[in-house]
Amino acid sequence: MAEVKRAVRLQERPHERPLSPHLQIYRPQLTSVTSILTRITGNALIFGVILAVWWLLAAATGPGNFAVADWVATSWFGDLVFTGSAWAVWYHYLAGMRHLYFDAGHGLDLPTAEKLGWACIIGSVVLTGLTILVVQ
Amino acid sequence: MRYLTARKRAEGKGAAHTGTAHHWSMTVSSVGLAFLLPGWLYVFGSALGQPQDVVVATFGQPLPAILTALVLVVGMRHFAMGATTMIEDYARGSTRKMLVIFAVSLAWVIAATGLFALARMAL
Repeated sequence: MAEVKRAVRLQERPHERPLSPHLQIYRPQLTSVTSILTRITGNALIFGVILAVWWLLAAATGPGNFAVADWVATSWFGDLVFTGSAWAVWYHYLAGMRHLYFDAGHGLDLPTAEKLGWACIIGSVVLTGLTILVVQ
Repeated sequence: MRYLTARKRAEGKGAAHTGTAHHWSMTVSSVGLAFLLPGWLYVFGSALGQPQDVVVATFGQPLPAILTALVLVVGMRHFAMGATTMIEDYARGSTRKMLVIFAVSLAWVIAATGLFALARMAL
């Protein structure tokens, strides 16, 4: 009887199979986390770009517009967006370099790939700090 | 009647059916941006927080203006194609089509807006 019930259940839901990469039991690794961060930073940069282009447009079109855009761009909110964007752009920059290196067929063994992952994380934080120091 | 075999027609085109054109375009624009971005970050970061006349004077100079124009055009093409790749991974059917059209349109609107602002300041 139990077997019949199980067979019926399987017939009713024929598509319920584990999905790869099976997120419930997936153990995040440095290589996978640094890869998904490349996508997240690249796409999230659109918000910093929107704020920057709005600010440029305001500067080009008059003092009233500039006062509003500049107030937002230099407020705590603007600082948050631009500091986040600076980190995102440097992370995406280094991860993109790593991508080019991988594409050329190098660095694909695990120890090297993990070192390159750490280089992206640490390098992006260092370059963000340097950028803020240089332009402040 | 088509004389090419099915295999011959498919070879080299992969799952995207367009070969490696998209990937190669991302590679080319990424190298371009790698050269442009450090200088542009310096120009933009230095201009941010300055009074309006200083900002207008900065972006009115040839090098900052050309650098910003290149970052806008190459960067927004790079964004449109990268966002398309992401959307194709997570959405299907009409949702996918609408999101891709939105991402590509947004990229063009941002590029055009930035170029207009530059033209106003530089010309």
